[in-house]
Amino acid sequence: MTKHTGFENINKVLILGSGALKIGEAGEFDYSGSQAIKALKEEGIKTVLVNPNIATWQTSEGMADKVYFLPVNPYFVEKVIKKEKPDGILLSFGGQTALNCGVSLDKKDVFKNNNVKVLGTPIKTIENTEDRALFARELKKVNIKTPKSYAASNITEAKKYAKKIGFPMIIRVAYALGGRGSGVAKNMNQFEKLAKEAFSFTSQILIEEYLGGWKEIEYEVVRDSANNCITVCNMENFDPMGIHTGESIVIAPSQTLTNSEYHKLREISIRLIRHLGIIGECNVQIALDTESEDYRVIEVNARLSRSSALASKATGYPLAFVAAKLSLGYSLTEIDNSITKKTKACFEPALDYIVVKIPRWDLQKFENVSVQIGSEMKSVGEVMAIGRKFEEALQKGIRMLNTGMTGISPDEIEFNDIKNELKNPTDKRVYAVGKAIKQGMSIKKIYDLSKIDPWFLYKIKNIIETEKEISKAKLNRNILLKAKKLGFSDEQIGNIKNKKEIEIRKLRKKLSIVPVIKQIDTLAAEFPAKTNYLYLTYNGKENDIEPYKEKSIIVLGSGAYKIGSSVEFDWCCVNAVLTAKNCRYKTIMINYNPETVSTDYDEVDKLFFDELSFERVMDIYEFENPEGIIISMGGQIPNNLALPLQKNKAKILGTSPESIDKAEDRNKFSKLLDDLGIDQPKWKSLTRYDDVKNFIKKVGYPVLIRPSYVLSGAAMKVVYNDQMLKEYISKASKVSRKYPVVISNFIQNAKEIEIDAVANKGEILVYCINEHVENAGVHSGDATMVIPPQRVFLETIRKIKKVAEKIAKELSITGPFNIQFIAKDNEIKVIECNLRSSRSFPFVSKVLKTNFIDLATKSILGKNPEVVKKPTLELDYVGVKAPQFSYSRLKGADPVQSVEMASTGEVACLGENVYDAYLKSMISTGFDLPKKNVLISISGDKNRYKLLETIRTLKKMGFKLYATEHTRQFYKRFKINATLLHKIHEKENKSSSVIEKFFDRMINGKKRKQPNVLNYLLGKKLDLVISIPRQDSKRKFDDNYVIRRKTIDLSIPLLTNVQITKLFVDSLENKNLDDLEIKSWVEYN
Amino acid sequence: MKKARLVLEDKTEFTGISFGSENSSAGEVVFNTGMVGYPESLTDPSYTGQILTLTYPLIGNYGIPPKIKENKLMKFFESEKIHIRGLIVSDYSQNHSHWNAKQSLGEWLKKNNIPGIYGIDTRALTQKLREKGVMLGKIIINKDIEINDPNILNLVSEVSCKKPIIYEKGKTKILLIDCGVKHNIIRSLTKRNCSVLRVPWNHDFSDMDYHGVVISNGPGDPKKCIKTIENTKKIIREKTPLFGICLGNQIMALAIGADTYKLKYGHRSQNQPCINTKNKRCYITSQNHGFAVDSKTLTSDWEEWFFNANDKTNEGIIHKSGLFRSVQFHPESTPGPLDTTHLFDKFLEIVRKNS
Repeated sequence: MTKHTGFENINKVLILGSGALKIGEAGEFDYSGSQAIKALKEEGIKTVLVNPNIATWQTSEGMADKVYFLPVNPYFVEKVIKKEKPDGILLSFGGQTALNCGVSLDKKDVFKNNNVKVLGTPIKTIENTEDRALFARELKKVNIKTPKSYAASNITEAKKYAKKIGFPMIIRVAYALGGRGSGVAKNMNQFEKLAKEAFSFTSQILIEEYLGGWKEIEYEVVRDSANNCITVCNMENFDPMGIHTGESIVIAPSQTLTNSEYHKLREISIRLIRHLGIIGECNVQIALDTESEDYRVIEVNARLSRSSALASKATGYPLAFVAAKLSLGYSLTEIDNSITKKTKACFEPALDYIVVKIPRWDLQKFENVSVQIGSEMKSVGEVMAIGRKFEEALQKGIRMLNTGMTGISPDEIEFNDIKNELKNPTDKRVYAVGKAIKQGMSIKKIYDLSKIDPWFLYKIKNIIETEKEISKAKLNRNILLKAKKLGFSDEQIGNIKNKKEIEIRKLRKKLSIVPVIKQIDTLAAEFPAKTNYLYLTYNGKENDIEPYKEKSIIVLGSGAYKIGSSVEFDWCCVNAVLTAKNCRYKTIMINYNPETVSTDYDEVDKLFFDELSFERVMDIYEFENPEGIIISMGGQIPNNLALPLQKNKAKILGTSPESIDKAEDRNKFSKLLDDLGIDQPKWKSLTRYDDVKNFIKKVGYPVLIRPSYVLSGAAMKVVYNDQMLKEYISKASKVSRKYPVVISNFIQNAKEIEIDAVANKGEILVYCINEHVENAGVHSGDATMVIPPQRVFLETIRKIKKVAEKIAKELSITGPFNIQFIAKDNEIKVIECNLRSSRSFPFVSKVLKTNFIDLATKSILGKNPEVVKKPTLELDYVGVKAPQFSYSRLKGADPVQSVEMASTGEVACLGENVYDAYLKSMISTGFDLPKKNVLISISGDKNRYKLLETIRTLKKMGFKLYATEHTRQFYKRFKINATLLHKIHEKENKSSSVIEKFFDRMINGKKRKQPNVLNYLLGKKLDLVISIPRQDSKRKFDDNYVIRRKTIDLSIPLLTNVQITKLFVDSLENKNLDDLEIKSWVEYN
Repeated sequence: MKKARLVLEDKTEFTGISFGSENSSAGEVVFNTGMVGYPESLTDPSYTGQILTLTYPLIGNYGIPPKIKENKLMKFFESEKIHIRGLIVSDYSQNHSHWNAKQSLGEWLKKNNIPGIYGIDTRALTQKLREKGVMLGKIIINKDIEINDPNILNLVSEVSCKKPIIYEKGKTKILLIDCGVKHNIIRSLTKRNCSVLRVPWNHDFSDMDYHGVVISNGPGDPKKCIKTIENTKKIIREKTPLFGICLGNQIMALAIGADTYKLKYGHRSQNQPCINTKNKRCYITSQNHGFAVDSKTLTSDWEEWFFNANDKTNEGIIHKSGLFRSVQFHPESTPGPLDTTHLFDKFLEIVRKNS
């Protein structure tokens, strides 16, 4: 490779990842980082990656030359720089985390002192885009309008500027992730509250004129060092300004902009990006007036972003790959368009389809969280739907969310106050629009309330009208074809006509109504392009492609990221595809999550960017006629499709769907365990309240209750007494024949252990046993996992292995599976069994350095791989996986782990022992190690006693302890002294809005008893808060809750679990920050 | 809902639904891949004689702006009327939404007697045109008609102004040879303080007073513009700064003895990357042409100025003196990106220096 002038000495490049998936920073950076690594490798450059997110594709074997599972923060990255001595660094592929880290390192002259060249956009430019005041100044220089705004560094200054702008106004925080800490203030009271909170995690806030209701438009801009500049894509938000783009339905390309508006905003974006001097890719957000061509540039993200990942997938233009090349001095005219191979990267894609992105929320998992959407991001994932009509793409997208909605379908959802729903939108707003139209509200009225452009509203009206038509008419070819063109699914039509999905399918096939397959080729068919990037539509007559003549297999992806299903399943899917390719199969991927690597058309032979539904998978299956379908890699969505697909004669590869059903169906599985003599907690599925009480009488409290899934679904819960049971049943779950609840005996003070394994025809090929740090009662997805187990009896491990062998044999498992156990006093009980890959497969594969998915896929494809001897216990190092929570974004949520999963991501680090690995994992999740002041507030003597030695250790280590009254008294008895901090003596149990007021009063009140916890929190005098709730009582919105909540809101480290607190303090006692190992993955042997 | 059919000369048929006038119509079927700008495209005189397929599937979204004139020019359109012979789209938006919309696309087509069809697999149609080259075709709604070839006509004479029109603005006077000029070319000049003397394609301007000449875009085969080619030779001889756009590029090439040819399916889009041979910079351009200059036939005093990064065809020529220059793309855009508007500035700089 000939290198460009100025880049001759770049032989080794450090890439920063984005760490754990969190709200505002998700899988998109796995995709962009992976592309960057590919681009560098193509140039023969050695790559070193720092990213503690072990479930990512970019941290896999064969990607970067060296991987450090370490925190992406200045301390660790500097250590890696000193050790690896890279020639260059890429900061723009790991989200805001990497960008912030890079800016701090630059401030400390780390790059200069170590001769590291910052590749791509210069740091100065990054600072000009990140600091609002500098940004406004730069815009002014090129005559570009931006909202009236002032930067304030303290509350007095802030109030002065607020008066200048006038209400309503918006508060924004510099260096924010996904708009965190921003909000609209309609009066001075609201303003002060928001401003105070913002100042708690930043030294500068921005106060701006409020543009709520304007259109929100984005441009993805690419610029090279020769000053060539293009916009790859523009996007229009369905939801107006005021709703974060991460919370908005987004459409590409823009739909309601005229040529003049489109190109005016494009020209502004290009002028701005040239002026700022971006090299690579960036995103420009613009507000456009709805009554004129007036505009304001809102912000520039000088890095790859969620929007750029979306734009890449929406257009087929590989933004991250191109950006990485540009950062090595290439110009746009020198890079090929990898999708057409005939054209160059210097062009702007022309789309001949429409793309609709819809955010995926998971708010029902949290009690007391506001479901309203606004200027802060709360969604945990997204879907992207492609069609040739807006209606088609929108309805596809709604189904892709996998929340149970079959489309706009207004009859499937109820609203108490539709007007309020439209005016103050929640995660259900698009359904509210449908409902309002169905109820006869005028488009104008809906627009006035929602400010959603009438163009979108009219399209939704088309759906509602067609739904009416379907319900009235006999299903003939015309009406059925019309419905399919507007994106109605067979199931949705079936629901309207009171028919089964399969009947509709049969009917439409009889009427030869089948979708056609179209290519995404970046140039609207202008040139012939051999692209493998595909979608299905009913708005067309001809297929663009032929089915494979060679042997092919379909791998089903994992769908949208949500709590409980995220990047780890994508890792499994991509691995399965690679193995299948190596086994000489043509690989076909079906998935619709734009944040993934599995939807990178480079990774597979054919990519169908489409629904993971029975209907769509069958459509593709019937077209392609493959050898079979692999359903065990993408988590629960494909797993659930196994049986229906098989019933319709699709060939499912691997473990048989009957076996999967035996593991999934509680009754069948329970019987199977009984037959095999395997122990399980007592359980029952009940439909009557009296039966519930009778069951509890038999097994005794506590019990675990899981409601059957309904749309407004309630959470799973451990119930300790009659009072809690009554409240739970009345509030959360409808017990009825249609919605039975599953109740099981909950075993207290038990450990949880999991086995991840791969079997071939019932024989286990490889397995890994891992231990949860937290006791049972914390969802396995939220648990801290340790490999090898540190505190498990050998006898227990032997038993676990035996049980796994029995189950594998009985169900004749071929492929991946996972079993979860409860262990107490050397006795084990099976609590769950999944005959598919689990969340921990990438973790165990990478810690054991044995690719479980490769083995699983080979088994599934009938290649009979050999048994791999990998005794977990003999590892010379330890791997610890820690959960990443996003509580700071979920206002009001109580940050305490429970049986319902709450974490949005995870990290894992390796270390010489559990302390080393654990501390690095904790730091990777953003946890700062405490320096001096620690608050302890522990409920219940049992908990206090369990932590006695731990608290003593803290004291011995020289921490200054503060405690709330009862906690202080308890430890005083054991001669551990702590300074008293008063709690807030008031207890309320009201709805969130009241809680908000309650906070206000607490924060502003002067009558608090001093010294008070809140003052210490607000004054940032505490480095760590240990607040442990009682498990055996209903959690209230009491003082303890307020302390925990405030701790999170003020970004102070918080521990809420006994076992975690113990491990954390033990680790601190054993390891200083300086002692933590800086070793790459290959160095652990 | 009235059915409508598109029939191509190879007998291929596409069936859809009519949303414009119910007159049947014949012409040359072409496609454009731009995603915005249908009011501008439909009024671009270069489309005269053509049935236009838009590859972007959702059309009509923002309606049609009002017919307002400013300084004798249409404010929101490229000429006074629709020039296409028919419009083919995939999904027509029955309801439009925009603050500046005065009517729907369908209503506008009806008023102008132009048929429109929606519900067509425009991607399949485009692929066909791409494989076989542009084809003649017809839209049949009520009664069947004959297919006819618009390219045998002198389309330029149909769309050129019939007598000179003057747009007073500044001291610099630009003679504009109107072969079917898009109004934004005139706006681009007047905005830069030039007075524009717009003359018919075959006008004898020897007694007129001007500082520079622009040859406009226009429809059809450049070789049909014999008179314009002759006049261009005169301008070059008298060394008046000259700027050709689109058809103007081809006419200039013919005037200096180079050759032109018909492309298989032309360039009609807003995303054509063009590389400036002098500085290797790449610009995204708006284009609408079916003929091209053969750059191999350029004489020694001339060189290729721009070429297309995708298919390497000629996108502009320049005389070594720099006095005469022309581009195949549309620096005035509308519709399309504004990347090359600076070419007007450069041209006027030369004009002003020269005069």
